[in-house]
Amino acid sequence: MTMACPGCVAAPDVRDASPVASDITLHLPDIHCAVCIAAVEDGLGALPGVKDVRVNLTQKRAYVSVQRDVDADSLIDTLARLGHRAQVLDTGPLAGQSAVGRDLLMRIGVAGFAMMNVMLLSVAVWSGAADATREVFHLIAAAIALPAVAFSARPFFASAFRALSVRRLNMDVPIALAIGLSAVVSLAGALGLSDRASWFDAALALTFFLLVGRYLDHLGRHAAKSAAADLAALASPQAVLVRDGGDQVVRADALVPGDIIRVTPGSRIPADGIILEGRTELDCAALTGETMPDLRAVGELVAAGEMNLTAPLLVRCTRAGTDTTLHRLADLIAQAEMQKSRYAGLADRAARIYAPAVHLLGLGAFVGWWWATGEVGRALEVAISVLVITCPCALGLAVPAVSTVTTARLFRMGLLVKSRTALERLSEIDEVVFDKTGTLTTGIMALKNAPSDRDLAVAAGLAVGSSHPLSRAICAAAKQRGLTPATVQDLEETAGAGVSGSLDGQRLRLGRPEWVAPDQTAPEASEVWLQQGNNAPAVFRFAEELRPDALACIAALRADGIGVALLSGDAPGAVGRIAGALGLTEAHARMTPEGKAAWLQARADAGHRVLMVGDGLNDTGALAVAHASLAPATALDAARTLADVVLLSDSLMPIREALAQSRRARRRMGQNMGLALGYNVISVPLALAGLASPLIAAIAMSTSSLTVSANAMRSTK
Amino acid sequence: MNVLVFLIPVSVTLGLLGLGCFVWTLRHRQYEDPEGDRQRVLDDRWDDAPRQ
Repeated sequence: MTMACPGCVAAPDVRDASPVASDITLHLPDIHCAVCIAAVEDGLGALPGVKDVRVNLTQKRAYVSVQRDVDADSLIDTLARLGHRAQVLDTGPLAGQSAVGRDLLMRIGVAGFAMMNVMLLSVAVWSGAADATREVFHLIAAAIALPAVAFSARPFFASAFRALSVRRLNMDVPIALAIGLSAVVSLAGALGLSDRASWFDAALALTFFLLVGRYLDHLGRHAAKSAAADLAALASPQAVLVRDGGDQVVRADALVPGDIIRVTPGSRIPADGIILEGRTELDCAALTGETMPDLRAVGELVAAGEMNLTAPLLVRCTRAGTDTTLHRLADLIAQAEMQKSRYAGLADRAARIYAPAVHLLGLGAFVGWWWATGEVGRALEVAISVLVITCPCALGLAVPAVSTVTTARLFRMGLLVKSRTALERLSEIDEVVFDKTGTLTTGIMALKNAPSDRDLAVAAGLAVGSSHPLSRAICAAAKQRGLTPATVQDLEETAGAGVSGSLDGQRLRLGRPEWVAPDQTAPEASEVWLQQGNNAPAVFRFAEELRPDALACIAALRADGIGVALLSGDAPGAVGRIAGALGLTEAHARMTPEGKAAWLQARADAGHRVLMVGDGLNDTGALAVAHASLAPATALDAARTLADVVLLSDSLMPIREALAQSRRARRRMGQNMGLALGYNVISVPLALAGLASPLIAAIAMSTSSLTVSANAMRSTK
Repeated sequence: MNVLVFLIPVSVTLGLLGLGCFVWTLRHRQYEDPEGDRQRVLDDRWDDAPRQ
């Protein structure tokens, strides 16, 4: 990073206000044991400028505190040498999240402490303490319970108050009513104003179990949010800004129209713009799904997200940051997303029916008993017992406990679940649709024929400096055969055509057939010819590499009775080859992004629940429309942001596991709902009949909550 | 039953002590990386002297 102009150095640029890195958080998807922790901490700690390193294995992150001049790339390079993949995270959007979690834990701790102490006192009362002892115990219980309830149950009171102040009912209204009323009525008893039973322990147990449910729910939300933020931040790409006298690295989202940026071969274009200088091939696979590179020259447009392959470019930005084609597409998709976020989960649907039912029951009990006995106190007591018993402790635990357990299990398999309702939607999937480039295939070309060792070594010598995918395929093939690339002189790369050079006085050309031998008929596009002197050209043929377990994954999905289809933006030939190799009958080529989305919509209208698996910008529409969506970690950030689930491993096999686990989770949620409601079916009639004592309420509440949690944790056979 | 005069304050104090310990562990971020802490037990780098 050079800054020659003293004026620029002196005047702080707005972009400098957000330095690219000072304290760095890294995402380490592969770490899993004590040895990994030690390797990462020691490896990074030994670097100059690194002050402290702390690995968090649960989140698979490393928190690195560094001096200002250390950048994340050097850390990532060091980790790569140690054999660990790493990506930079922007933790800004997550600030305050762990504070919320700690706040909830603190309330749980206080409620738990108070609950146990008050329970002990209550046991004495239930087992027959009388007179002065009973009164003293009531007073002590009040002294412990009231401050504890006031502190621990604040989230419920606050939420109920917010709902009531806009004249609405939510789940927290009956909760707050039950907690508040039971505390007030018990206080009256403790002060000797009435001789009703004490409900302090019920109020505290309610608070405790509900807080546990709330905490689990928070963990789930937090995990989803942090996954989304992690992935969005992963691709906070950088750009090389050309200013008078020097180049400067800035964040891509800090670019403004009119900025001139330099794009080196092998990097993604950070903003939309016009080419000022240079002629290169661009890999548009992320945007269109096509595997063949596209040639662009001065004056032509480039779009953010395209990959520069062969030559350096100078680009004048026309649209940058959130204004780029890529981002505006993402905005359109955000609307489709809104519809999906309106998907009502099991818990929401239950709450919608449950909240009014509880109010009606409580009110009915109060009115009925008042009318029957004429005693307001007795009627109030029955109403409280109904509210306490119907309080959705177990119901509040039923769904979050299962999704927390399942999400953690999937995370260990390399799947990041980003959406809260994703598990429920995944469980309904009956068809999986794959994108081709970058999803079923690795997106990397591989040499398919077998040229002679000498030809390959010469070709590798020519290709070694180029980042064109076909050049890299040649070098990889040479390396695999153990060949050393020939030392070629006068290397010259002609963008869009090939590489030329000379060896032992012979002129060499490696590149497109029509450029190497213009007089011969050009064959298929995925061939490269090598001409040495005047000899007949040697042919190198390429094809896309399938992901190693694509075939196994598709077979496994079929075995589970799930339909599989392939939608690609690529040419029919390439799609046909892949579909043939995988035995797919349902394969469509030349699909536009709109076409993909329309196809999925049609399937949805036909009653199918489709899981879209895709990685490119051309898939984003489809990812948004699909019932559930999944993107590999190598996907473009727009796709990763949209997807419900992100696949962190290179293998596709976890997809099947994700579907199986989500179906199991969905069954567990159903069972838990059944268990929770079952307890109510037994205890509500007791409460309505006025038979429910605080003891019965305490037992019903605790056992149902514990059963539901245990059922969620129960490991699968 | 006069023993209650001592026993109740004692039990409440013990409970408060436990609550205090819980708050202390919470403040020292002991619940943020359960997986890592489980593995770090096997780490022998700091056996001789604790990490400063």
